[in-house]
Amino acid sequence: MAEFKMPTLGADMTAGTLIGWLKEPGDQVNRGDIIAEVDTDKGVIEVEVFVDGVVEKLLIETGAEVPVGTTLAIINENGKSAEKVTALQKTETKKPIKEKRLRVSPSARKLAEKLGIDLQNVNGSGHGGRIQRKDVELAAQEKSAVAEVKTKPKDKALEKESFTRMRQAIAAAMARSKHEIPHYYLGTKIDMSRALDWLAEENANRSIKERIIYSVLLIKAVALALQQMPEFNAVWENDELKLIEKINVGTAISLRQGGLVAPALHDTNKQSLGDLMKNLRDLVSRTRAGTLRSSELSDSTITVTNLGEQSVETVFGVIYPPQVALVGFGKIYEDVSVINGRIKGCHKINASLAADHRASDGSRGAMLLAKIDKLLQEPEKL
Amino acid sequence: MKNGKEITYREAVRRALQEALLEDERVFLMGEDVGRYGGSYACSHGLLKEFGEERVRDTPLSESGFVGAGIGAALGGMLPIVEVMTVNFSLLALDQIVNSAATLRHMSGGQFSVPLVVRMATGGGRQLAAQHSHSLENWYAHIPGIKVFTPATVTDARYMLAEAIKDPDPVFIFEHAMLYPTKGKIKENGNGFNVERAEICREGSDISLITFGGSLSKALEAAESLSSEGIEAEVIDLRILRPLDTETIINSITKTHRAVIVDEGWKTGSFAGEISAQIMEKAFDELDYPVQRVCSYEVPIPYAEHLEKLALPQANEIIDAVKEMF
Repeated sequence: MAEFKMPTLGADMTAGTLIGWLKEPGDQVNRGDIIAEVDTDKGVIEVEVFVDGVVEKLLIETGAEVPVGTTLAIINENGKSAEKVTALQKTETKKPIKEKRLRVSPSARKLAEKLGIDLQNVNGSGHGGRIQRKDVELAAQEKSAVAEVKTKPKDKALEKESFTRMRQAIAAAMARSKHEIPHYYLGTKIDMSRALDWLAEENANRSIKERIIYSVLLIKAVALALQQMPEFNAVWENDELKLIEKINVGTAISLRQGGLVAPALHDTNKQSLGDLMKNLRDLVSRTRAGTLRSSELSDSTITVTNLGEQSVETVFGVIYPPQVALVGFGKIYEDVSVINGRIKGCHKINASLAADHRASDGSRGAMLLAKIDKLLQEPEKL
Repeated sequence: MKNGKEITYREAVRRALQEALLEDERVFLMGEDVGRYGGSYACSHGLLKEFGEERVRDTPLSESGFVGAGIGAALGGMLPIVEVMTVNFSLLALDQIVNSAATLRHMSGGQFSVPLVVRMATGGGRQLAAQHSHSLENWYAHIPGIKVFTPATVTDARYMLAEAIKDPDPVFIFEHAMLYPTKGKIKENGNGFNVERAEICREGSDISLITFGGSLSKALEAAESLSSEGIEAEVIDLRILRPLDTETIINSITKTHRAVIVDEGWKTGSFAGEISAQIMEKAFDELDYPVQRVCSYEVPIPYAEHLEKLALPQANEIIDAVKEMF
């Protein structure tokens, strides 16, 4: 028997709200399958299961907010139990899990969002059970009646807009970072001429859909440099540096409504540029759609932030704890370089490193940036 | 009219025509039976005597010919008002309308305008059978280059014509045949008369009934009945189908979150379908119920009175459609 627990999906996550089960008792699950959706400070995350087996029991019902580490379900690893266990162990008995897509009028959906009503708990009175405005209004009345009974602080937390929650999550992480981590900063100019020329040639042979953007080269170069500089691919926990074998570069993605997340590109160093491009594109669209997976949010081992699009020259990053480094890139700009006394026009980018001085020293940081530079001079090997 | 006396829709049209002929000598009237007979719906009664044969001209039964002549006269600097007896007959003139009237400004690079006004009767309800009773306003509303007015009230019947004549491009005015004998007071508006906006004829908070032409009175009747059952319907008279005032529709739906469109055209390919699509495109998030349409049955409009009544949208159908949504 394995317990499936509420995972931590970020350094500062203490609790999550179960939005819905995607499996039910009796279902076969395999490692990596998405089993549930959890609402966190970072939006709705799809949570994966890490064992193979059969879902024995679902312990938490949809809509409940539980602390990290709470057992959500029991998975029988040798199970073949075809018998479906439906009993939900829970304080209140509510509706059974809805398998079908909810039918909600657009206006009711909008209203529910405004009033903070979970549509899963609303009875639809329209055709085919469609939830209409009046149903949401009724649920809101019920909710405010219930809320009066509940303790105030918890109720407040429930009603906070997701944006505010994300802002608070970022605030907590960044304040912790600046409070705890003795940052040091290094910067260098990297000549991108060769990399860009090579990329132009490479893209000419690719279909429009498969073309690679230069950010992918930067991410891959960082990942390969980390292979040789393991102390930057690590976390600082309990006054100790813990090296991490896998290199999962987190890429900062800003959200349209404000805020940002830095989900991981798993095994960045082992992926081809084409795969990285595909995965990056997928990650961006899923980040903005709010369908990230749990492992993508919690597995980053370093963060790369690229603010070149905003025409920033240099990034001075704040490390995302418990990571120990952040590599930043500014915009690509035209410059000149002097080689053997001759002046030559070229394209450059400012790379910067923000690193945790507890985990590494400046000379090692300088080497990391130098390695990234060197890798970018041989783009065909990336 | 200033003392608020009720007049018929027919009389409102007649006064508008009379005023137009008096105001500008370039204006003339042309069509089947508009002169000696006084118009098949008596809208030009007495005008031949008042203005003479030069300006009130009877034509042969040749829609393509006299609509074409109207286009030519408009190109030549006149301001013709052409009457087509019913929308069914106007199909004979479609080539002139679609290929000439609507296109000449474009094809001449803006050098020519066609300041033509075409009036025609539309709609069923008078037992005139399947060749005189159809509602094809949506066909005309489909065509860029022309404007489509659908006066549903005595006020619009009285004042839309003058605006149509002022317009440098072809304007088509659809007068529902059932409206001619109806009576109403002319509303004088201190802010001037507009031919841009739809009109909210009745305010309501629960549902938007969107309609035009001959269906307006049915929608208002339904709204009154619904009110007694606690449903307050907002009734919108579109007035102008092209260019359409989408803003008024969207504002209403943002308030009511529900809409029923009443259109005497057949449902498939109807103008109601166009409005429904506009609502979907621009106010999807406001909808609490799928947009519903009350249209004519998809049959040639029958001659028999009881069958004709069944085929056309009626107030009770509107009421049923609305109640289904609550």
